[in-house]
Amino acid sequence: MQKPKEHIDYNKPMISIRSLKKSFGDLHILRSVDLDLYQGENLVVLGRSGTGKSVLIKIISGLLRADSGSVKVLGEEVTTITEKNLQALRLDIGFSFQNSALYDSMTVRKNLEFPLVRNQKNLTRAEIDTAVETVLDAVGLSQTINQMPSELSGGQRKRIGIARTLILQPKIMLYDEPTAGLDPITCIEINDLINEVQERYKTSSIIITHDLTCAKATGDRIAILLDGQFQRQGTFEEVFDTDDARVKPFYDYNFIQ
Amino acid sequence: MPPYEFNEIVRQTYQVGVRSFTLITVTGFIVGVIFTKQSRPSLAQFGATSWLPGLVSIAIMRALAPLVTALIAAGKVGSSIGAELGSMRVTEQIDAMEVSGTKPFKYLVSTRIIATTIAIPLLATYVGFIAMLGGFLNVHAGEGTSFTVYISQFFDQINFVDFEASLAKAVFFGFTIGVVACYQGYYADKGTEGVGKAANASVVTAMFLVFIEEVIIVQIAGWFR
Repeated sequence: MQKPKEHIDYNKPMISIRSLKKSFGDLHILRSVDLDLYQGENLVVLGRSGTGKSVLIKIISGLLRADSGSVKVLGEEVTTITEKNLQALRLDIGFSFQNSALYDSMTVRKNLEFPLVRNQKNLTRAEIDTAVETVLDAVGLSQTINQMPSELSGGQRKRIGIARTLILQPKIMLYDEPTAGLDPITCIEINDLINEVQERYKTSSIIITHDLTCAKATGDRIAILLDGQFQRQGTFEEVFDTDDARVKPFYDYNFIQ
Repeated sequence: MPPYEFNEIVRQTYQVGVRSFTLITVTGFIVGVIFTKQSRPSLAQFGATSWLPGLVSIAIMRALAPLVTALIAAGKVGSSIGAELGSMRVTEQIDAMEVSGTKPFKYLVSTRIIATTIAIPLLATYVGFIAMLGGFLNVHAGEGTSFTVYISQFFDQINFVDFEASLAKAVFFGFTIGVVACYQGYYADKGTEGVGKAANASVVTAMFLVFIEEVIIVQIAGWFR
């Protein structure tokens, strides 16, 4: 069933990418990428391993520099942005890493506090505690507040990783393989969490995944990255209603096998 | 440019001190005892065992205290920093810090370099003191020299330039160990193998540079002495 789309404002692009190119040596990863993400939209990016899906969101967040092309995030041109402005822009971008990237020397509480105390110096202890408790509650893991990351399961680590990005209340969420390596039930919980985040925090998201169940459950729109370009975009049904031999295996592997 | 990361510098300086304290205490003491014990037969041939405190003080203050401290810190602290930052790099914790609006270079690297630059001279001074005690115990046991006489002869043989040169060496050693370990860890290659390489390269490179610096600073100090 198709997700309702009333929440999406197609007049407000949050991210606009035009003719983006990125190579690593002779390896041309992104050849000419054009993409728009609209306010309130969950955009799923599918593609084979090594096609540059993670590279794309790392360029959006300024972790990697594009070779050429335009990447506008919330109206700011990321390819030419100053370090100071990039720093400020990043506060509006939440990045959920594939392996959660929790700071393993800190408790869950310290992990969640870290972005907050670093960026909002004037907060009181009570305000910090409230913010931490709110995001922990949003991901359903209030009981883990004093645990170390090593004591958490894979699914819990993903949730805490998402909570850590939510504490700054970003406008854009970038999820890198949110369900990778998780059991099917935890995958469903993460999919639900992504939709809850979209609803509760009014975020616009790019979700990088191989998991078509995740794509179907969370995506308002699906875009498939093939040969360094987005060659198919649309709803889940539109994208997979094809005989394209490069696209069909995704569907067949996930739903027939 | 603010923030100055004062709390993190204090925390890291404390960590560097704590990580090496026990090993440095034991090693410093042993160096004092062994150096005195090994020097005695040579001096005894000339009936000059009374020169032992002076010889020990020159050896410890001019060379052994900063060098032993730096070598132990390179092994203990350098490997630890290299592995820690390397691990943070390969598990994307450094990227996570960067995208959440914190400059990881300033927060992780600068603080650790400042910490080693502060802590290692302090540790070297402490090693000098402990080695002096080790030397005293041996001299007292062998020659029956009193503590007052030992201290008096110990400080008679060294001057302020020796102390300054020793401290300057320790500052350079500390800075070098911090820079090398942070560089190796911060730019570690992907994968767990990269973490091991970073830790290993931190130790080997830092030790090599410490010896080079030792030679250069000894030459420079010689011109002022």
